[in-house]
Amino acid sequence: MLKQVEGSAAVAEAVALCRPEVICAYPISPQTHIVEGLGRMVDAGKLTPCEFINVESEFAAMSVAIGASAAGARAYTATASQGLLFMAEAVYNAAGLGLPIVMTVANRAIGAPINIWNDHTDALSQRDCGWIQLFAEDNQEALDLHIQAFRLGEELSLPVMVCMDGFILTHAYERVDVPTQEQVDAYLPRYEPRQVLDPAEPVSIGAMVGPEAFMEVRYLAHAKQRQALELMPAWADEFRNIFGRESGGLTHHYRLDDAETVVVALGSVLGTIKDTVDEMREQGVKIGVLGITCFRPWPAATVRSALAGAKRIVVLEKSLAVGMGGIVSNNVTSSFAGSPDLVHTVVAGLGGRAITRSSLHRVFAEAVSGKLDALTFLDLDYAKVERVLAREREQRRSGPIAESILREVGVVAAKIG
Amino acid sequence: MFQVRIHGRGGQGVVTAAELLSVAAFREGKHAQAFPSFGSERTGAPVVAFCRIDDRTIRLREPIMAPDAIIIQDPTLLHQVDVFGGLVPDGYVLINTSRTFEELGLGEFISGLRRERLCTVPATELALKHVGRAVPNAALLAGFAAVSGRISLEAVNAAIREKFPSKIAEGNVAAANEAHAFVENQLREAASA
Repeated sequence: MLKQVEGSAAVAEAVALCRPEVICAYPISPQTHIVEGLGRMVDAGKLTPCEFINVESEFAAMSVAIGASAAGARAYTATASQGLLFMAEAVYNAAGLGLPIVMTVANRAIGAPINIWNDHTDALSQRDCGWIQLFAEDNQEALDLHIQAFRLGEELSLPVMVCMDGFILTHAYERVDVPTQEQVDAYLPRYEPRQVLDPAEPVSIGAMVGPEAFMEVRYLAHAKQRQALELMPAWADEFRNIFGRESGGLTHHYRLDDAETVVVALGSVLGTIKDTVDEMREQGVKIGVLGITCFRPWPAATVRSALAGAKRIVVLEKSLAVGMGGIVSNNVTSSFAGSPDLVHTVVAGLGGRAITRSSLHRVFAEAVSGKLDALTFLDLDYAKVERVLAREREQRRSGPIAESILREVGVVAAKIG
Repeated sequence: MFQVRIHGRGGQGVVTAAELLSVAAFREGKHAQAFPSFGSERTGAPVVAFCRIDDRTIRLREPIMAPDAIIIQDPTLLHQVDVFGGLVPDGYVLINTSRTFEELGLGEFISGLRRERLCTVPATELALKHVGRAVPNAALLAGFAAVSGRISLEAVNAAIREKFPSKIAEGNVAAANEAHAFVENQLREAASA
């Protein structure tokens, strides 16, 4: 059924259609509307049997999800930003124990300085934790990926993070096609756990593992994640057959066939990139887009073949490996058969900085004409940065950095973009 | 694509206005995307919300910097925020006020715009009369429907009824109906002047 709803409401409906049995909720912007929506459904008796547990922290949210999942329940939670960091130890445990929890991460920057706006730093900080990580391009895909996440996670006995851009998607009203319960039931079978805490057949989960076996356990986690690379494309076909639309899979390819310049990105910025690419195509520029839906496991073979004909690659990412450069671009470079010199990193949109078509035009045109640096910070105000650096050289007690930049920027209330 | 930017203050239903507009457009078979400027969820702080309307899927995620229409829910923002920034030359402007553009000190500014696309609505007064609270958003959307013809009053009212419980909805619908008639009348008078 077509609806015009907020992204968070669409995700709440999708999660409810997946018949979760335990939902752990702790509020943090910008994911709060999702669990609020689910809470209302449980309260109204529309989602049953399901236990909605208000926990005291994100660490507790993931710990309760671990307990619920180990007891054989389909478990769900959502978080963002500092919340994800606060639960990090339990996040690793969920993956290490092989418990198929599904968690929405409404992507948001990490402080300090405190910033509630969108970028991908939170999810990418957990890229090596063992969770499958999927990134949604729009609210329809965010809805669809949750349904796929429960099936994929439960088949592999691995937890799945569905990442959607905080505010940009979670708070955007747009058209979504909400499937029927029958469609979701046809796609997502009942949860059959591979391991369960059952008093009738007691087992222990989470034993200490020494040097004699730890490597093997870790290898199995890696091997299981790699299985997702086989399952996801096949299940995307099945999803299309039941739901009648393309959604999910490992990557999205847009105007790549004869593309000499390929832009690689994750999440909602792909929409703005595609609009920009359409305009450049009209001007005769051979440019295309590779969207990464599945970031973990990393779809190396798919990326390699998608980039095979590229003369240059622009990885536009909302993340920064401080002291190094791009995170996504490092992954892309590892899967590119050509010279790493052809891969350009553009760090963009940190802390909610708007990524506009005009800025994308400029940076893509620079790439096409061979003028783009290896690492670029989109729309960074270098003059302000230089003034702060100059002050630091001049005086020992140069003061707090964030406040120095804020002084340089001045009043922002009048700004729109 | 038709792009609307709504300016107001926290607590005036600015974000809800953009959402309602998107629902109204959706009900008329359009694609629509509504989103807020994030972060200033404080009562009284300047808030901006955006709505795009198109006949095809909207992929663009940048803020609206060249709006086709601007709705100003709070005229005290006129001299605080660059509310008209990027307005297209033949764009629409709708201001919540009981004063005229000239009385607001905008006489010179509007001289470069198409007069039949500019109007004012005493939306707060209409909201107080029909809803009992100073929430001008529904009345302004109806005024926007009247001045722009981009959406129908029926779709705005349907969106209001979808969003609010019936008692609040009916008050807002009454405010919307009166605002729509007010703007239509204003346009007729301007045309015959």
